[in-house]
Amino acid sequence: MHIVVCIKQVPDSAQIRVHPVTNTIMRQGVPAIVNPYDLFALEEALRLKDKFGGRVTVLCMGPPQAEDSLRKCVSFGADDAILVTDRAFAGADTLATSYALASAVKQIGKEQAVDMVFTGKQTVDGDTAQVGPGIAKRLGLQLLTYVSRIVEVDLEGRSITIERRAEGGVQVLKTALPCLITMLENTNTMRFASMPAMIHAARTQVRKWNKDQAGIEDVEKIGLKGSPTVVSKVFGPTPRNEKAEMLLVEESSLRDVSLNLIQRLFTRHPIIEQELLERQSA
Amino acid sequence: MKEKFDVIVVGAGPAGNAAAYVAAKGGLSVLQIERGEYPGSKNVQGAILYSDALEKIIPDFRDEAPLERHIIEQRQWVLNDDSFIGAHFRSDAFNKGPANRYTIIRAQFDKWFASKVREAGALQICETTVQHLIKDGEQVVGVQCDREHGDVYADVVILADGVNSVLARKAGFHGEIEAQNVALAVKEILFMPEEVIQERFNIGENEGVVIEMLGTITDGLMGTGFLYTNKESLTIGVGCMLSDFKASEKRTSPYVMLEKMKQHPSIAPLIAGGEMKEYCAHLIPEGGYRAVPKVAGNGWMIVGDSGGFVNAMHREGSNLAMTTGRMAAELVIEAKAAGRQMTEATLKEYTRRLKDSFVMKDLHKYRNMPGIFHHNKQFFTEYPDLLTGAARHMLTVDGVDKKTKEKQVMSSFRKTRTLPGLFGDAFKVWRSVR
Repeated sequence: MHIVVCIKQVPDSAQIRVHPVTNTIMRQGVPAIVNPYDLFALEEALRLKDKFGGRVTVLCMGPPQAEDSLRKCVSFGADDAILVTDRAFAGADTLATSYALASAVKQIGKEQAVDMVFTGKQTVDGDTAQVGPGIAKRLGLQLLTYVSRIVEVDLEGRSITIERRAEGGVQVLKTALPCLITMLENTNTMRFASMPAMIHAARTQVRKWNKDQAGIEDVEKIGLKGSPTVVSKVFGPTPRNEKAEMLLVEESSLRDVSLNLIQRLFTRHPIIEQELLERQSA
Repeated sequence: MKEKFDVIVVGAGPAGNAAAYVAAKGGLSVLQIERGEYPGSKNVQGAILYSDALEKIIPDFRDEAPLERHIIEQRQWVLNDDSFIGAHFRSDAFNKGPANRYTIIRAQFDKWFASKVREAGALQICETTVQHLIKDGEQVVGVQCDREHGDVYADVVILADGVNSVLARKAGFHGEIEAQNVALAVKEILFMPEEVIQERFNIGENEGVVIEMLGTITDGLMGTGFLYTNKESLTIGVGCMLSDFKASEKRTSPYVMLEKMKQHPSIAPLIAGGEMKEYCAHLIPEGGYRAVPKVAGNGWMIVGDSGGFVNAMHREGSNLAMTTGRMAAELVIEAKAAGRQMTEATLKEYTRRLKDSFVMKDLHKYRNMPGIFHHNKQFFTEYPDLLTGAARHMLTVDGVDKKTKEKQVMSSFRKTRTLPGLFGDAFKVWRSVR
């Protein structure tokens, strides 16, 4: 079984700062990390490899320093790491990115056929959740988004059964391989790399592909040229006027505190009370 | 598979990076292990970079290193609660030729330095803590990390794990750190547009100012404050001996001290409008000469803060760290080439070379300094008031003749410190810096 996991290097959103004047993200000095959602995808892929054997390839499009993120994935157990990096990719939106990554997956497939592609459910810097579906569409893969559990993989029958989060419940889906899975967060816990794995990762040469090596056929579809998205304005959210208040619990019963809380909520947001009453009468 | 290297360096601060870089450049196989998420993520310093020590390791560092501003002006301030009296030195000569001092932001600088270490050929592993040294009899032969199959071996282990060197303590190379030998410093980085900084401090692009402060800002504790200009931010901080914080009757906390210092009428206008970007605290080994432990033994050497190599008097530390790191690595390269075993007999040459270098010479020169200030708190309480009071008195024109004014100033000094006290203080300071 050959699994490709697509990852992205993102600025650590826990440490991000917004420029007080321009409202743009100050990336300088903010550490770059593997998009946290992608780690759930990687771990799930590694678990399948542990179970069925085979190979996990991590794929990333980004600047040369994204190599560090790929090496980290190798320390967790990925067998191969490919960085698609070229100035021609600069300024790509999700459409151009999914085109470039799909081409690269196709190239990887020439070396060894790909059974599954994994991505995180979205990135923490873009938050669009569009690249995964984009790749699936371009490669004609079965698309399984927001997957919370892989129930069964039948390699001989070329099928997979998964659970996915849906509004108001869980869907169980069965489909054919090859497929693309975007993995939901908190569905597994990333393993802790061993010391030999850390040393192996530090020694690993990450393969770097330019646009030709990545099999890009149409240069009009990559980078800024291939990106119809336009950012028209960047602004910070207006701070809320409402202040938090503390309810004293010590001297009153839980029931009193709850009633107090509900009363305050209704006073502040009459719409909640209204909706609740409507629902009750309906 | 048993992994074995020529050298294992524990830590990726200035000392560890210097050691790993020099060793790797010298053709040795090097494994560097860092506890933080990335090199620099846990490292804290003022921070001033002294070029000389780094030049000896990476001569053309200025081409690539993330430097903030080169220092063209130094201000020494003695403050009481409402004034300061100071000496400033500014020279355009600092603008000519390669600069000697720069402000830096360590998270960025260390990341760069560590990338040079990797380029030089060392293997670097982060997010990994060395828990123990592995010994074969008396000889240190490797380290045990907090990961599965965490034992890694080397001919020599260089400890660059910082002020709180837990490893050296666990291995019994030195005892518990004593509170009177470390300072606790806190600092904030305040964001400020480049142009505002340049206007406020009367400097041009890339030019920087350093303000070193002493006085009642430390609430009677032994310590100093500082303010540095970075490219787009100011660094402001204050530090005092940990033992003083412990003994403080008012239970002064470091952050309260810093908050008060930021409100000082001489400082507040300089930092007004600055938006806090980060705050941090760190211990600084300031025990000086007498607190330096044994730094070389069978299969191990200690470099940087872990060895207490800080010249508190001149606020030098990272340069001593880089120098000790370089010297340790150089010795390993030589010993390896000569086919010598990394025993104490071989490695004690490191201690000898340190003695001949500015590192130990400077520490020796100020060996009595910590003691003097410890037992003479008047330098942080009475003198600032006396000095600023004298200046204010002499500069107030009020019909009193100058001779009388001089007498009044002298008598204020005599009344507070007594004549023998004044001479005694002068003698103590002179003896400790001579």
